[in-house]
Amino acid sequence: MPVVDLEVTSLRDLNQMLHELGQGTNETYFRVINPRGRHAVAAGMNAPVTVEIDGNAGYYCAGMNEQATVIINGSAGVGVAENMMSGSVRVKGDASASAGASGCGGLLVIDGNASGRCGISARGIEIVVKGSVGHMSAFMAQAGTLVVLGDAGDALGDSIYEARLFVRGKVKSLGSDCIEKPMSDKHKGRLGKLLAEAGMNGEVDPGEFKRYGSGRTLYHFHMDNLGAY
Amino acid sequence: MAENEAGLVEMCGIVGLFLKNRALEPKLGSLLAGMLGTMCDRGPDSAGFAIYGAGDREHVKLTLRAASADTDFAALAKKVEAAIGASVTVETHATHAVFTLPAESEPAAREAIAGLSKVKVVGSGTRMEIYKEVGRPDVVAKRFDLAHMAGSHAIAHTRMATESAVSTDGAHPFSTGRDQCLVHNGSLSNHNGLRRQLERKGLHFETENDTEVAAGYLTWRMREGDSLGDALKHSLDDLDGFYTFVVGTEDGFGVLRDPIACKPAVMAETDDYVAFGSEYRALAGLPGIDKARVWEPEPAKVYFWERH
Repeated sequence: MPVVDLEVTSLRDLNQMLHELGQGTNETYFRVINPRGRHAVAAGMNAPVTVEIDGNAGYYCAGMNEQATVIINGSAGVGVAENMMSGSVRVKGDASASAGASGCGGLLVIDGNASGRCGISARGIEIVVKGSVGHMSAFMAQAGTLVVLGDAGDALGDSIYEARLFVRGKVKSLGSDCIEKPMSDKHKGRLGKLLAEAGMNGEVDPGEFKRYGSGRTLYHFHMDNLGAY
Repeated sequence: MAENEAGLVEMCGIVGLFLKNRALEPKLGSLLAGMLGTMCDRGPDSAGFAIYGAGDREHVKLTLRAASADTDFAALAKKVEAAIGASVTVETHATHAVFTLPAESEPAAREAIAGLSKVKVVGSGTRMEIYKEVGRPDVVAKRFDLAHMAGSHAIAHTRMATESAVSTDGAHPFSTGRDQCLVHNGSLSNHNGLRRQLERKGLHFETENDTEVAAGYLTWRMREGDSLGDALKHSLDDLDGFYTFVVGTEDGFGVLRDPIACKPAVMAETDDYVAFGSEYRALAGLPGIDKARVWEPEPAKVYFWERH
């Protein structure tokens, strides 16, 4: 079990080592200590291994992740798991702005709160936030799911495409073209499955959530909106 | 400036430290220097800091900035003494010097300094001193020997220039009022119009810089009777653009982010201090940070701490 101390080993050397791991690697668990807010820790992973980071990570932690499981025993800076393709990222503390931005796949679980723009431009990533999310979350989100157990800030889902949003608490305001939608048994089933994947099997009742999504009035060309394009 | 679709911005860095535990005051400079050093790559163009140290009501401290370190500040002080008929103590830090003189002599001293040399008065106050220079932040901090300065609170800035030239005049912090200073990460879009309005109200600006306008705006509001907190609240209506402000007054320290929180900000609080950083990296070296409450200030919410 390699332990990498970022006060001793350079970030570049750590990421290089992680990038060189092959699919059949025998080393499947790495521990990173003393991240001290450094940027891009474990970014660009592409191997089915686990990286556990003890402490607070900086910007873009686990960005572009494929296959790997990255666990942050602390908080994460701007853009955690941005552009994730697959695998999973777990933040035990809070996440800064733009968590999971533009993610295509995989699962991001944030135990604490996420700041503004959580899941901005999401393209298939599934995000579960146990706390609350800040303003403009899921802005222009195209696909994937954002689940918020707490509250959502201003302008949730502004200009949203086809991402699915589930919020258990209060929504301060909905953004343009984001509307509340009925919660059918199918949606409850799908949400329950995602909550189980996020480690909350049966702990949270999917029936307590409201569902939000696109009103589909904004993203199709419409002659009346010509001046606004 | 460079901003991508996801609203991720990298430019300028701010750090601030407000001590609650007076036993830490001798270490303020060294703690701030450590914070500033980690922010070099957020703003390599220039750096500056304002530090609130010792002072008393009877005296004013004028921070002077000269074009070169060869300036004979002691000789200038002698001439100022003769002009104002009172004693002036001088403390020189490279291109800057702090003249301490009787508070009532400030106007006469300013007039004398303007008449005698090209040295600029960059700040005045009972306790505030301001230092700023072009260059890498860690080098700037070393030049002024920040690590050995003491005080109750301080704010610092590293600049990546976008709205005006890379020059010492464009370096933060900006001060337009006694013991008041401001650092800013972002860019204001209505600063030219606002500068004209404030000039009509009698404020004077030295630069084309947007931050100086914000500092002037807050000074004007406080002159009209606002507390610092109220002045910051009013700025939400009157300033347009992206900003995170950290402001200092004789006894206080405040933080405000624009309503969409475009610029990064993270804060930490313990029983000993309140700290601000553009990134967590700036806070990582502070004592007891592992046990601190660490959070991101909310958009459009005024945070303010005062010494008791």
